[in-house]
Amino acid sequence: MNIPFILLQCATFFYLVSTAGYFCYLFYQKDRIQQTALGAVGIGAVVHLLAIVLQSAALGGLPIYTLGQSLSMAGLSLAAMFLYVQYRFHLKILGVYATAMITVLMLASIFLPEATQAPDKIYKGIFFFGHIVLIFTGESMLALACGAGILYLLQEQGIKGKSPGFFFKRLPSLDFLDAVSYTCITTGFALLTFGLVTGFIYARSVWGSFWRWDVKEVFSVGAWMVYAVLLHLRLYSGWRGRNSAIMSVIGFIILIFTFLGVNSFLGGHHQGFTQ
Amino acid sequence: MAKIILIGASHKTAPVELREKLAFSHAQIETALEFIKQDSGIKEGLVFSTCNRLEFLYIPGNRVLEDKDRIDAVMQFVSKLKQISVSEFKSSLYIHTDDDAIRHLFCVAASLDSMVVGEPQILGQVKKAYKTAVSAGTTGVVLNRLMHKSFSVAKRVRKHTGIGDNAVSISYAAIELAHKIFADLATKSVMLIGAGEMAELAVEHLMTHQVKNIVVVNRTFKNALELARKFNGQAVQYEERESALADVDIIISSTGATDYVLTRDQVKGIMKKRQNNTLFFIDIAVPRDIDPRINKISNAYVYDIDDLRNIVETNMTRREQETVRAQRFVEEALLAFRRWLDELAVVPTIKAINRKMTDIVNLECEKTLAGLPHLSKDDAESIRRMTKAIASRAIHDPILFLRNTGDHRDDSFYLNVARQLFNLDIPDHNY
Repeated sequence: MNIPFILLQCATFFYLVSTAGYFCYLFYQKDRIQQTALGAVGIGAVVHLLAIVLQSAALGGLPIYTLGQSLSMAGLSLAAMFLYVQYRFHLKILGVYATAMITVLMLASIFLPEATQAPDKIYKGIFFFGHIVLIFTGESMLALACGAGILYLLQEQGIKGKSPGFFFKRLPSLDFLDAVSYTCITTGFALLTFGLVTGFIYARSVWGSFWRWDVKEVFSVGAWMVYAVLLHLRLYSGWRGRNSAIMSVIGFIILIFTFLGVNSFLGGHHQGFTQ
Repeated sequence: MAKIILIGASHKTAPVELREKLAFSHAQIETALEFIKQDSGIKEGLVFSTCNRLEFLYIPGNRVLEDKDRIDAVMQFVSKLKQISVSEFKSSLYIHTDDDAIRHLFCVAASLDSMVVGEPQILGQVKKAYKTAVSAGTTGVVLNRLMHKSFSVAKRVRKHTGIGDNAVSISYAAIELAHKIFADLATKSVMLIGAGEMAELAVEHLMTHQVKNIVVVNRTFKNALELARKFNGQAVQYEERESALADVDIIISSTGATDYVLTRDQVKGIMKKRQNNTLFFIDIAVPRDIDPRINKISNAYVYDIDDLRNIVETNMTRREQETVRAQRFVEEALLAFRRWLDELAVVPTIKAINRKMTDIVNLECEKTLAGLPHLSKDDAESIRRMTKAIASRAIHDPILFLRNTGDHRDDSFYLNVARQLFNLDIPDHNY
C-alpha cells in the first residue's frame, strides 16, 4: 500500500476542511470557525510533512521529480509559510486566500497521473536541497505577499470609491495590509536570492558553469529583478500602498509562469521537475 | 390587577426640558428606593434614570388598597421629590403593565429604545440601576429574574445581531474610516484647519484614540493658538498649511472659505516629500475646503460631508434591519419569562408538585411490581394504593403551607422556593 499517497490524501482533506472553514469565516466572522480552520491547516501540514519525509526516505532525496510532487512540495511550503505569517501577524482573513491556493495545489498534485521516473543521481547534495527549500519557501512568501496585496486592493477600492461594502468590516486597515505584504516580500525576496545563489553553485558543480541561459534561469532572474525594483522603489521613492500591492501581484504572476509555464512552453534543463 | 408595572418618560415622549427636570441624581434614586421600600403597596421595585429616560419598574403588592397599582402614589412621589406638579409631566408618561412592561424593559436593556439605537452604554446603566436596587433591598424573586433575563436578552441581541456594528454618526464614521486606513492612530498626527463644532467633535473623538499630535491651523492665528491650547497641540500659521502637510496624517477641515483650502497640486507636491505615506482628508466644510480631485492621488483619501453622510445613512438602514431580528429575541425572552411568571402561582405550583410525586411513585411502583409476578391482582392493586397514599401524605403539609402563606408573607418568594425545592421549572436553555 502506498502510505505516503494516503497521507497526502489525508492532508488534502484537512486543507479542504480549512478552506471551507475560512470561507465560512469570511461570511460569518465567527472566531471559533477561524480557529478550527487554522487548526485544520496545522494538522494538514503535519500530515503532509510526514508524507513528504516518507517519500524522501523512499526516494533518497526530495520528492520533486514530477509535476505532482513539485505541486505537493509547493503546497507544504505554502502551508508552512502561511502558519508562520499567521503566527506573526494574526491576519486571519489571509487564510481564505492561502488555504484555497494550497487546496488547489494539492488537488492538482493528487489527480495528476504520477509519472514514475527514476531518481537521477545529480539531484542530490546539500546545495540542491538548499536550492529547492529556499526557492519553494521564498516563492510561498511571495505568494502570500500577493494575497496580502489583493486584500489591500480590495480594501483600497472600497475606501477610495467611498462605498465601504462587504470587505470593509472584514479586512484590517490599509497600513496593516501593506506592512504584511511588505514583510512577506522582503522575506520572500531574501529566500529567493539565496535560493538562486545555491542554484548557481549547484549548477556549477553539476554542469560546470554558474549560468547557462536556461529559460527557467532567465525567468527566475527576471522575477527576482521585478521584486528587486519594487523594493528599491519602496525604499528610495516611497512606493507603497496601491502601487506596491499591484507590483506584488504582477511579480507573483511572473513567478507562477516561471514555475509552470516555462517548462510547458519553452523547455530547458529544469524540465524534469514539472513534467 | 397588574403584576408588573413600568412608569416612565423618555426621549420618545418627553421634550428635553422636561427630561432635565425629571432626571434623578444618585441620591434621589436612593430616596426613591426608600419610598418603594416603605410603600406597603409595592413589593419590589427599581428606579432607572439616565439623561434620556426616567423609569419606575415595580411589582405591586396584593394588599387591598384603593390605589392597587400605586401609579398615582408613584407620580405623587416624583412630583414631591422634583418639585414639579403632576399635571406638568403626566401627559408625557407612558405606563406599561405586565407583558408590555416586560417587553419595554427588554427593549431598553437591548438598546432598541435608545436615542441612538444600538449604543452600548445602556446595558451598563440598567445593570447599575439593578445593583443599586439590590443593595437597597427593594428587589425580590420576580424582579431578580426579570432583570437577569433582560441582561441576557441584551447580550444575545448584541452578540447575534449587527445592531451595534455600524457607525451612525458622522464623526464616528470618519473615525471608523481612519481605523481602516491607518493601523495605529496613536502614531498619527491630526491637522485641524478652521474651527467649528463638528470639527472639534471629530478631533475630540480622535483624541480618545490618543493620536500622537494635533496641529491647528486658522486664518486668525490667535484662534489657532486658543484651540491648540485646548487640544494640547500646536498652532501653525495659515500660510504654512501646505508645508505642515508633510508631518501630519489626518486632516480635518471646516473653514468658511469659498475656495479650496488645499488643492490637488499642493498635495501632489507634498506626497513626494512624505514618501507617499497615506493622507486622509475629512472635509466637513460647505462649500468644500479640500479639492475632491485629491482623492485621485494615490495613497490620499478624501471624504467630504456628503460621503460621510451616505455611509451613516447606509449604516442606519442596516441597523434598522437588524432591529427586526432583535425584536424577535425580545419576544422569545418575553414568552419564556411569561411562562415562568404564570407558573409562579399557587394553583399551578401545587398541581406541578402533585404531578411530580405521582409520576415518581408510579414509576417506582411499577418497576417493583414487575419483579413480583407471584402477587395476585388485588395484592398489586393495594400496593399501588399504598404508594399513592404515601405520596399524597408526604406532600400534604407543603401544599397546605403554600395554600396559606398568608397576607403578610411574600407569596412569590415561597412559591419560588417550593419550585426550586421540587425542581419544577423547565430550564431555559436559550438564555
